[in-house]
Amino acid sequence: MTPLLKVEGLGKFYGRHLGCADISFTLWPGEVMGIVGESGSGKSTLLNCLAGHMPPDTGRVMFDTRDQGLRDTLEMSEPERRWLARTDWAFVHQNPRDGLRMNVSAGGNVGDRLMAVGARHYGDIRRQASDWLGRVEIDAGRIDERPRAFSGGMQQRLQIARNLVTGPRLVFMDEPTGGLDVSVQARLLDLLRGLVRHFGLSAVIVTHDLAVVRLLADRLMVMKDGHVVEEGLTDQVLDDPQDAYTQLLVSSVLQV
Amino acid sequence: MTDYNFAYLDEATKRMLRRAILKAVAIPGYQVPFSSREMPMPYGWGTGGVQVTAACLVPEDTLKVIDQGADDTTNAVSIRNFFARVARVTTTEATAEASVIQTRHRIPERPLTDGQILVFQVPIPEPLRFLEPRETETRTMHALEDYGLMQVRLYEDIARHGEIARAYAYPVRVEGRYIMDPSPIPKFDNPKLDRSPALHLFGAGREGRIYALPPHTRVESLDFEDYPFTASKAAGQRCAICGAEDSYLDEVITDDAGGRMFVCSDTDYCATRVAAQAEDAA
Repeated sequence: MTPLLKVEGLGKFYGRHLGCADISFTLWPGEVMGIVGESGSGKSTLLNCLAGHMPPDTGRVMFDTRDQGLRDTLEMSEPERRWLARTDWAFVHQNPRDGLRMNVSAGGNVGDRLMAVGARHYGDIRRQASDWLGRVEIDAGRIDERPRAFSGGMQQRLQIARNLVTGPRLVFMDEPTGGLDVSVQARLLDLLRGLVRHFGLSAVIVTHDLAVVRLLADRLMVMKDGHVVEEGLTDQVLDDPQDAYTQLLVSSVLQV
Repeated sequence: MTDYNFAYLDEATKRMLRRAILKAVAIPGYQVPFSSREMPMPYGWGTGGVQVTAACLVPEDTLKVIDQGADDTTNAVSIRNFFARVARVTTTEATAEASVIQTRHRIPERPLTDGQILVFQVPIPEPLRFLEPRETETRTMHALEDYGLMQVRLYEDIARHGEIARAYAYPVRVEGRYIMDPSPIPKFDNPKLDRSPALHLFGAGREGRIYALPPHTRVESLDFEDYPFTASKAAGQRCAICGAEDSYLDEVITDDAGGRMFVCSDTDYCATRVAAQAEDAA
């Protein structure tokens, strides 16, 4: 089997400061990988390098493209990378305002990617948009409302619908539940878990919330100071942490 | 009249403008930057068009200037007088006689012919401007043909108004490549751009951009398969002066009691028709 994403020796420096270094892992189709760590540990840097939002200084990011097999995304041309970013890839931002077009209706937001890859039939676009709003539990009657009329949880669900509408094979998520209250978080996680299982999505989820990775991730990477300190199956890492930092992280979770 | 160089601008400036125009003609629909000069008129009055016209004019040219289709409005009259003074070219109001036509907001009704140059005054050359504020990003979008956003705007129009509500400056795609703002002409005029035998030049003075449609260029107005582009005008009306049904009409309010009339916005077209009718009657 070909891995979906293969990362080798990825590193990024901000001037003299280390963003992340020596990151290598392989993501297989249908697998969800969690990346946890404290603020400033390089999680988001890593995710942005993977998703092509910024160029890493060292290493390679190989993606299994549909027609040409494993290719280094960093050596792709910008049009190819952008095409990938709106077809096979999806990026869910922590703040839905970063991922949504706030002055465009919910239907337009979902249809955006469809139109970007060439859909030119209004009726079809609208049908798909209302179908996807239904899947993320947004009333189809609100299709023409702007995202700012939606609650934070709804905005986040709209962002997910907007990203998944083109049937991506790999989803990058940056703290998808950050900034939401716990009951909304639970609902969103439930929805995400359903979508991930239903579509067999592969995903890389960056979070500092261990509950999120426990529910969603098959495998887990723990990062500290730009390096991976521990890696393994989610339950294994969370239930039997080996590294001192992971032990600290796991024991820091408040029990209610 | 020896105070000014021919056509007001100095030769080096005209050379710079011509280089930009040549590049624009070579890449239809692409916005070529040029270093716009101060002109003896305010921005928004057609400084871009005037510079392009100045660079195109030769002493043998016959110049026509229209504003909203009319030859007799302030803007048209003053630009025509300007070139009559500084270039001493012949001026005309007849579309058929003109070799260079500077226009604001309209394309003449009478079909343009081989060898004519139509110069547009453009306020905002970037069709993606109100969708994406960053100039660096809009240039990248043009370079990568990343035009989904424009379609999103048309989608929004249909979702909100039931049709594509854009009535002027309706975006077009040039030769299947660049998306271009045809300047604020009514969308009624968009089909006239398609495969026109004339050369169309667009000058934006404030933003310093020139773009062009060489003769016989394919120009398609953007739309959806199930919401095709329509070149609309005042429905069911005819010109109150010449009776034309096929021309673009201006609505003129005649009193404060709801009185109104529709007249051709192209004054030359209207006058030509009236003269022909008088001749027939005689």
